[in-house]
Amino acid sequence: MTTSLARAARWLGRFLWDFLVGDTPELALATGALVAIAFILAGSEWLGAVLLPLLAAGFLLASTWRGRKRAPSGSTRP
Amino acid sequence: MHTSSDLVLVLAVFGACLVEMVEALTLVVAAGVSRGWRSALEGAAAALAVLAVLVVAVGVPLIRYMPIDALRVVVGALLLVLGLNWLRKAILRSSGHKALHDEDAIYAETVAELNEDSDAGSSRPSKGRDPVGFAVAFKGVFLEGTEVVLIVISLGAAQHRLGLAALAAVVALVLVGIVGIVVTRQLSEVPENTIKTVVGIMLSSFGVFWVGEGAGIHWPGSDLAIPVLVGFWIVVYFAYTALLRTQLPAPAETVTEEATTP
Repeated sequence: MTTSLARAARWLGRFLWDFLVGDTPELALATGALVAIAFILAGSEWLGAVLLPLLAAGFLLASTWRGRKRAPSGSTRP
Repeated sequence: MHTSSDLVLVLAVFGACLVEMVEALTLVVAAGVSRGWRSALEGAAAALAVLAVLVVAVGVPLIRYMPIDALRVVVGALLLVLGLNWLRKAILRSSGHKALHDEDAIYAETVAELNEDSDAGSSRPSKGRDPVGFAVAFKGVFLEGTEVVLIVISLGAAQHRLGLAALAAVVALVLVGIVGIVVTRQLSEVPENTIKTVVGIMLSSFGVFWVGEGAGIHWPGSDLAIPVLVGFWIVVYFAYTALLRTQLPAPAETVTEEATTP
């Protein structure tokens, strides 16, 4: 029973890790950074509303740029 | 809650469910054709039942007991991770740096694998349930559906519209199911990559909005900021796609994706 529960917990942990982090850990880290920045900007109106989407877009550009470098290396599963 | 954010919620959930269930249908049809329809349909139904229980078991307590601001930060972060990942894949695909999702190839590969299993001795029982067909259909629907469940719970809980989000998912599910039964094959004609792009844009919009809202940022125009964020992400998508197209090595290689990716 305990072994089954431990196995199920391990499977769930691995599944969530693959699901949320997977091969793009930079996006998981970026999200954490965005949450922290959002709390720093709490109470602001225009500054937070402008800065938060721009930063998210910046993180996305960095991640896609990283993906671009790896993709054309001949792999059929980029 | 404004109608505009409800509309974006419904579209995001409907689109996400449509895409994921088309992918699941490919595996269910492959299991049905190779191992028998009874087991495949039972496997799919069992997975759907588990997913429905998950929505109620996780979603309802979240809405009732978690403070709304904390809930919005958590689900905003979750939506942002999912949305940025979907947008990243969409940009890489539309700019030619990543293979398009090919349901036909996935279907052919799954059927071949299941037929190999039959040849290797895991023969299909003439009566009763075929465990291989059941497992393939269950796994396909459960794994693809988990992403939908997360999106339904996140969007539904953050806006206190769990019922509306679940309804949008069920409508998409029924639609895919009916079309799948009528044509009795995988739906490779569905513009999956386009729908994924739209959903990625919406999830990213909601993600940024809820993270900011939960943390205490005051969005100008309140909920009307959501359609503005959608417009922002549309511009970002087209700008990044155009930028990355200039980075393609010549000649561009066309590759076929071999595995199911969420």
